[in-house]
Formats: sequence, structure tokens, C-alpha cells
Amino acid sequence: MPKRIFSLHVDMDDFLPASAEDKAYMVKMRPSSTFFRDGLKRLRKNKVALVSFWIIVIVTLSAILLPLFWPYAYDTMLGITPGKPVDASYNNLKPFTYGYTEQMRIKEGEHIFPHVFGTDAQGRDYFIRVVYGTRISLAVGFFASLIVLVIGLTIGSVAGYCGGVVDLIIMRIVDIIYSLPDTLMVILLAAVLKQSSLEKLIEGTVLAKIGSNIISLFIVFAILYWVSMSRLIRGQILSLREQEYVLAARAGGAGGGWIITKHLLPNCISVVIISTALQIPNAIFTESYLSFLGLGVNAPMPSLGSLASDALNGISSYPYRLVIPAVVISLIVLSLNLFGDGLRDAFDPKLNG
Amino acid sequence: MNTKTLIYIFKRILLAILTVWVVITVTFFVMRAVPGGPFMGEKAISEAAQAALEAKYGLDKPLMEQYTTYLKDVVFHLDFGPSLKQRGREVMDIIIDGMRTSAKLGLIAAAIALVTGIVLGAVAALRRNRLIDKIIMVITTAFVSMPSFIMGSLLLILFAIKLMVLPANGSTAAGLVLPIITLSLSPMAYITRLTRSSMLDVLGQEYIRAARAKGVSPIRIIFGHALKNSLIPVITYFGPMLAYIVTGSLVVEQIFAVPGIGRAFVNSITGRDYPMIMGTTIVLAVLIVVMNLVSDILYKVVDPRINLE
Repeated sequence: MPKRIFSLHVDMDDFLPASAEDKAYMVKMRPSSTFFRDGLKRLRKNKVALVSFWIIVIVTLSAILLPLFWPYAYDTMLGITPGKPVDASYNNLKPFTYGYTEQMRIKEGEHIFPHVFGTDAQGRDYFIRVVYGTRISLAVGFFASLIVLVIGLTIGSVAGYCGGVVDLIIMRIVDIIYSLPDTLMVILLAAVLKQSSLEKLIEGTVLAKIGSNIISLFIVFAILYWVSMSRLIRGQILSLREQEYVLAARAGGAGGGWIITKHLLPNCISVVIISTALQIPNAIFTESYLSFLGLGVNAPMPSLGSLASDALNGISSYPYRLVIPAVVISLIVLSLNLFGDGLRDAFDPKLNG
Repeated sequence: MNTKTLIYIFKRILLAILTVWVVITVTFFVMRAVPGGPFMGEKAISEAAQAALEAKYGLDKPLMEQYTTYLKDVVFHLDFGPSLKQRGREVMDIIIDGMRTSAKLGLIAAAIALVTGIVLGAVAALRRNRLIDKIIMVITTAFVSMPSFIMGSLLLILFAIKLMVLPANGSTAAGLVLPIITLSLSPMAYITRLTRSSMLDVLGQEYIRAARAKGVSPIRIIFGHALKNSLIPVITYFGPMLAYIVTGSLVVEQIFAVPGIGRAFVNSITGRDYPMIMGTTIVLAVLIVVMNLVSDILYKVVDPRINLE
């Protein structure tokens, strides 16, 4: 049917059933891919990141699961039995050797679980102490990063979204905290919080179980380390809030909180995840550093830093006691860093080009 | 230098002064917030003796008055008061004493880190993706993520205990070799990576291609054209490097028993010597803030195109 130009007449040819050829043309060559799936694919190709990921998984799982069935506890001094004199043969055992009473029992045909890394100067099984130390270090790293994330996210998004005077004031505070020498301030705060009456304050709560020193570590992180995270978020929000869809949302009557949580934050989520992942090794680093200086976890709880610091006393006779936590720390920090780098390469849209 | 740069420098100096003031204030009030005050924890002393001690150190005055006195003493006279534990010695004297050793340690470590880092970085960039580049990158990655106390302890085990080639005690000149190496390895690794990436960046620029097309020899291109420009990002690392060396020296001096400021600081924390803790924190913090300031301004002056805001 000939069609006159400018005619509003419906072209009936458009409503003919599609031929087999037309249908084949419409078939998708591959299923559509989301941003997340794309990133995951890139991550899987990155061998270094993958290996680091599995190392982190193995270390984390063994730190959580091993203490469940390990026959020794991290704070049991094996040489001490109630009502008997201290059996010094349990102190400073070399790896795979046994204390005096254990040797007696082995002679009687009993099977004794070996002390894989020996025992420390107070007769505590060293392997389980390293496992516990790893657990503490990982937990501190993880939760400290979580705290940093929550505070940084809140303040950064408020500063970025509100702009104006609020932004100005927040960013000047950020500038000052950012230019403070962080480690010195951390040492100062940790030293003071250690002396303060924090212990009485948290008595009877769940927090008491964690120990005042770790709580003070968290406080220190909460005070000092949120600044770089909030700077990052602010920058992201600043560029995102000028986008048209935010204007559309506002025109639709959406409030500030709604726009931040529903529109702005989801769009900078990859940047947030990456920098949180890179914050964890940082926190582990700081924790072990403070523990090494004696400002970390409460004794007898071990952390990798305090284990290394304790090992310095017997370094000439038992160097392996220092090497073991040293290797574990370096392994954790290195693999977390490499995995974080891999995440950044896979998920940072700016680098995709 | 245009007005914009001057305004930037002015702003930057203002921020540095503000930071130093915050450090002094925070240190003062945090230390005063410690329950019990400086004379608690030792053997019990009578009320009268306690009052006399507090009067002697000015602790009986109102808090704000103590604060203004302290601020004035610190800013105008560089006076941090007497040490509580080392009787009869001024905090400033102890700091200056410790600085003699620590400054030597830190400066040598920084120099070694700079020279070897730049050389290794340049080599890695020029031999990109070859074996030597890969070896350098693997080693530096390991060094960057190794805490200073681990590095120090491992070096101690290896060289002082197993091989017995170097002394473990840092109070002699030969004993400073291990602490210096410990402090320089991590910054060296960082500088290597920094130099490598910026060198690769520079080598891809047009003016390098132009020089090559003109027939300039590869050696001249590297040292005459590329190296200078690829060192600009290294300037930004001066501040963080000093911060690393200062905090690293706290543990390294502990490990090797070096009689420096770091060990004095750690001892003052365990000994609760408050004037000493405050004094050392402020001096080290000012050092780091000033270094950050200098490297930021230098960076801006060397390359005016860089927009730091």
C-alpha cells in the first residue's frame, strides 16, 4: 500500500508476523552481563588476586575452626596442675617434643596430640596461640575497617550532599585530622585509654569479654581513620549529585536522606568496597604495631604482634617463635593488599576505559 | 611564582600551624584526662607530699591556666618542663640527646632508601616486563607489606644470631647498620615502585619520542630527559617517608636497643612519664607536619601545572 508522506496513517507492514530470519536476528548472542558479573569475570582472570583470595579464605577458616577441636587452649599452662608443684618440663618445649608427664603417658601406650610449634616460656601450646593471635588480628582488622566504613560513609555522604557551609566545616576538620601524624596520635590515645577507667565502664557488658585494649583500639580507629574514607565518599557524591537522575528524583519529591541512600551510595559502592578491603591490612598492621609496643590486646590473649614482641625475649634460643607470627602477619597483609589491588582493577569503572 | 601558588603556600602553612596547635592541645588534655594523674601508681605517698609535688609541677592550678602556661612555654621557650622519671633532667635535653642518635639513623636510612629506590625503580622501568623487573617488583611488594618490627626482628635473627656478622646491640657505630637497613627497606621499596611507574609514564611522553627521533643516545635520554621529570612524584613521598621512619624507629630502636628518641618515647609510655610523652609527641609531630609541608610546597613549586586543590 503506497503511503503518503506526513500521513498519520498506520503502516500495516509493521504489524506483519516476524519471519524466521527476523527472529534469528533478535536472538541475543550472549546473556546480558551486569556490572558485578563483569567485574567478577575480570577478577577470576587475575591469578595473583585469586591466589591471595584463597590464602585469605584458608587462613580465616583455620583461625575460626581450628580452636574448636584443638585439644589445647591458648591460655592453659600445661605444666600447672591444681594441687601439684609446677612442672617446668613443659616450658619452652621444642616443636614435636613432650613434657615429662606426657612422656610417661606415651610410654604407657597413650596417644598424645603433638605440640606442633612447641610451647612458650609459660608452657602454653604455641600453635594454638598463633591460631588465636591470627583470629584476633583478623577480627580487629575487619571490625576496625567496618567502623571506619560506617563513620566515613555517613560523614562523607552528608558533606558531599549538603555542600556549602556544612561541607566546608567538615572538610576543614578532615584536613586537620588528616594532617595529624596518625601513628603518634594512635600511640598517645592507646596509651591513655589503656590507663583510663574503660574497664569499669564496660564491665558486665559483652564488650568486657573483648577486653578494654581492643575497645580502645577501635575507638582510636573510629577517631582517626575515617577521614580518608569520608574524603573519598565526598568526592564521589559531589560528582554524582550533579547527575540528571538526582534532579529527576528531587523533582519527584525525594528527600535528602532518600537520595543519598537510594541513588548516590549504590553508585559509589564499588569504590567503597575496594577502599574498605584495602583498609583491613592497614588496621591489622596498626594493631600488630601497637601490640608489639605493648599497647595492644590484654594478656593472656595473644595477637600476632604481641606474640612477636614476646618472642624477642628468647630470640637467640627460639628464633622460630618470632619467625612464625612474622610469616603469618606478612602473609595476611600481603595477600589482603594484593586481593584489594585485584578488586580495584576489576571493579573500578574509571580504570576500565 | 604566581599569586595562586602563593595563596596555596599561605593556606598550607596556616593548616600546618593549626595542626601543630591541635597536636599540642590534644596531647595536653588527653594527658590530663588520665585518671589518677602522674603521681599515681607508684608507692603510696602522703596527702601532704602529693600536694607538695602537685604544687611543684603546677598541677594544683586550674586546668585552663595550666594549659595557657604550657602552650606559652612550648611555643616561646621550647620548654616541656622537667621529666618525672629521670629526676633533674629537662625533657628537652633528653629529646635533644636522643635526637643525636635518631637523626643520624633516620637521615642515613632516608638517603639509602632514596638512592637505591630511584636506581632500582629506573632499572625496573627500563627493563619493563623482563626478569629483573619482575624480581624487583616481587621483592618490593613483599617489603612494602612487611611491618618494620617484623623486618627488624628477622634481620636480627639472620645477621646477628645465625650468621653473627653484625652486632645486635645498637649502642655502637657498627650496631647501627642493622637498624638503618631495617628502616630503609620499606621506604626504598615504595620509592622503587613510585619511580618505576612515573618513569614508565614519562617514557611514554612525546618529548622522549622527539629526543629519540633526534638521535639522542639512550643513556642521555634516561639521565638528561626522563629521570628528572620522573622524580617529581617522589617529592610527595618525603613527608610519609619521614613519618614512617619516625614511627618505625620507635620499634626498631626497641629491638636493637638503640639509645635514641624512639626508645626514650616508648620507655616514657610504659613508665608513665607524662611531660616526656607530651614533649616527644609534640616534637615528632611537628617534625612530620613540617616535612609534609615542605614536600607539598616543593611539589607545587617544582611543577606549577599540578593542581593540588
